[in-house]
Amino acid sequence: MLGAMLQEAWRAMGANRLRTLLTMLGMVIGVGAVVLMMAIGQGAQYAVAQTISSMGSNIFVVLSGYTSTGGVRSGSGNAPTLNVADAEAIAELEGVDTVAPVHWGSVQMVHGSNNWNAWVQGTTPAYLDARSWPLAEGAAFTDSDVRAATRVALIGRTVAQNLFGDENPVDKTFRIGQAPFVVLGVLAPKGQNLEGRDQDDLVVMPLTTAQRRVFGTPFQGSVRQILVKASSAEAMPTVEKSMEALLRQRHRLRDSADNDFTIRNLTAVADTAAETTRVMSLLLGAIASVSLLVGGIGIMNIMLVSVTERTREIGIRMAIGARERDILAQFLLEAIIISVIGCAIGLVLGVGGALLANQLARMTVVVSGSSVLAAFGVAAGVGVFFGFYPAKKAARLDPIEALRYQ
Amino acid sequence: MVIRRSGFSPTMAPEVGLKDDLQNKDAVIRVESLFKAYDTPAGPFPVLKDVNLVILPGEFVAIMGPSGSGKSTFMNILGCLDRPSEGRYLLSGRDVAELGKDETAALRNRTIGFVFQGFNLLPRMNLADNVALPLVYSGIAHAERRAQAQAVLDKVGLGGYADSLPSRISGGQQQRVAIARALVNRPQLILADEPTGNLDSHTGEEIMGVFRALNDEGITIVLITHENDIAAHAKRQVRFLDGRIVHDASTQPQAEAATC
Repeated sequence: MLGAMLQEAWRAMGANRLRTLLTMLGMVIGVGAVVLMMAIGQGAQYAVAQTISSMGSNIFVVLSGYTSTGGVRSGSGNAPTLNVADAEAIAELEGVDTVAPVHWGSVQMVHGSNNWNAWVQGTTPAYLDARSWPLAEGAAFTDSDVRAATRVALIGRTVAQNLFGDENPVDKTFRIGQAPFVVLGVLAPKGQNLEGRDQDDLVVMPLTTAQRRVFGTPFQGSVRQILVKASSAEAMPTVEKSMEALLRQRHRLRDSADNDFTIRNLTAVADTAAETTRVMSLLLGAIASVSLLVGGIGIMNIMLVSVTERTREIGIRMAIGARERDILAQFLLEAIIISVIGCAIGLVLGVGGALLANQLARMTVVVSGSSVLAAFGVAAGVGVFFGFYPAKKAARLDPIEALRYQ
Repeated sequence: MVIRRSGFSPTMAPEVGLKDDLQNKDAVIRVESLFKAYDTPAGPFPVLKDVNLVILPGEFVAIMGPSGSGKSTFMNILGCLDRPSEGRYLLSGRDVAELGKDETAALRNRTIGFVFQGFNLLPRMNLADNVALPLVYSGIAHAERRAQAQAVLDKVGLGGYADSLPSRISGGQQQRVAIARALVNRPQLILADEPTGNLDSHTGEEIMGVFRALNDEGITIVLITHENDIAAHAKRQVRFLDGRIVHDASTQPQAEAATC
């Protein structure tokens, strides 16, 4: 029975090939758009999730204040308002997991005939821990390196490539000015951050080394920022409040005075980014779904035309013993076949388009099995939903009227 | 040979004949005081008024009458395509009014074979598939369908055309295919609505020959026609006028005696 009905449906669709193909095209475009948009949306979400995890989770950045000279104000982090003692005090607060004071600046460095300008972060070993940043090669510096201000450094992948090329940089030296630095290890690559900056283009060294041997800060122990990792996402609001109170107290700020530091919640920034991409991918999906809906309406339209055209055939079939459900099944099957074939083609085009976007536009795309399955389910559903009314109409025809139809 | 009359027969009391038939449980068709009216904006419009008819197995009945006499409506009711407004219709002893839609579909599929004036073959299917179509709705497997379709096509003399499309053969041949389709499920009864109406008289005669041969095998045949020549092939003529049976007589073997 099903075999005969499939053959039937095939014959009916073949009788008007162009029309069938155009109807299918509606589904092809709909499904293709949904698959492509879902791939791009999920890709964007994936990319943001990657970036967020590269930043480390539950992170605050406390920036020192700015200086103001004759009305000209420098940016945050330029006034020496934060120091190592602040960082040590913050580490004592409840809910704080790790604290790393950071002093940074950009510096020209040389190795052999190569030279490169990179960002130097002077910090403590806790920094790598707070940012969940493993080493690709070598070993990290230790607290004793920080105490002794030894000239050692960890370099990011970009720096390694630019200074050392294909050489293994571990245990090699590079110079900053006249001072040589030994490369202890290479940091695992992290890629771009949310602003698109290359996170691997940096050098991490002991805080004291950076302060004394690279930047030569006049205020011993002052840092530009303190990286604070809270023990959990739930603890973050409390940590933020107690940190602010602590720093105001330590800096002896009067109630009327502004903070001479800034606390940034990186997780909140990340959450915003994640939420933005989520909304964007939802929006993309919604727009694509509209085209799927239009495709479905196309199927309904053509099936209605088909029922009218084949009224007499329906009458003949009823006269020779077709039950209502036989007629219903026949037309429903046709609608489902059109939508499923359309869906299969759309799927291929959608996935192809996603791969093309990945190749040509360097877009991160994610084609998940679940989205493919969902597309198929939706297509079959569209076939049933939009095929049902015309099929029901066919099944409800009065056989006498139908036989008389010219 | 029983002669049945209804309505206004001056020669015989209709009640006597009817009573005899009512006792005969084997009737293929038994219609009792059947009325049919269509709803129109101006109120119900009566088409059939108190029709009584009994057709026994093996009969060959021609239903005649001018347009508007109700013969087509009557045929639709006999074919379970339409339902009477009042009265009873028993097909092979089953009251059709008590049957659901699926059961009447099954009757049309297995008990009745339809032959139409316009042949009504499906144009996109080859002849074998056309003939096998009723078997699809009986749930018969593909190979079996093909074999049975071939057998009935052979029987109507078109066995060599199984893979042709209907448009490739003549009208007379198409009607033979339609008859083959009506026969494929071995029905008790064939209902033919003006089966020769679209054919020239010579081809019409041929088709009537096919019907007579089937009737000789014991299949009950009821056909509508307005041509006396065609009706003469039947063993019994029933004439409708204004929704009533006005004449009901056997022509064979006493053809002259029954002619009005």
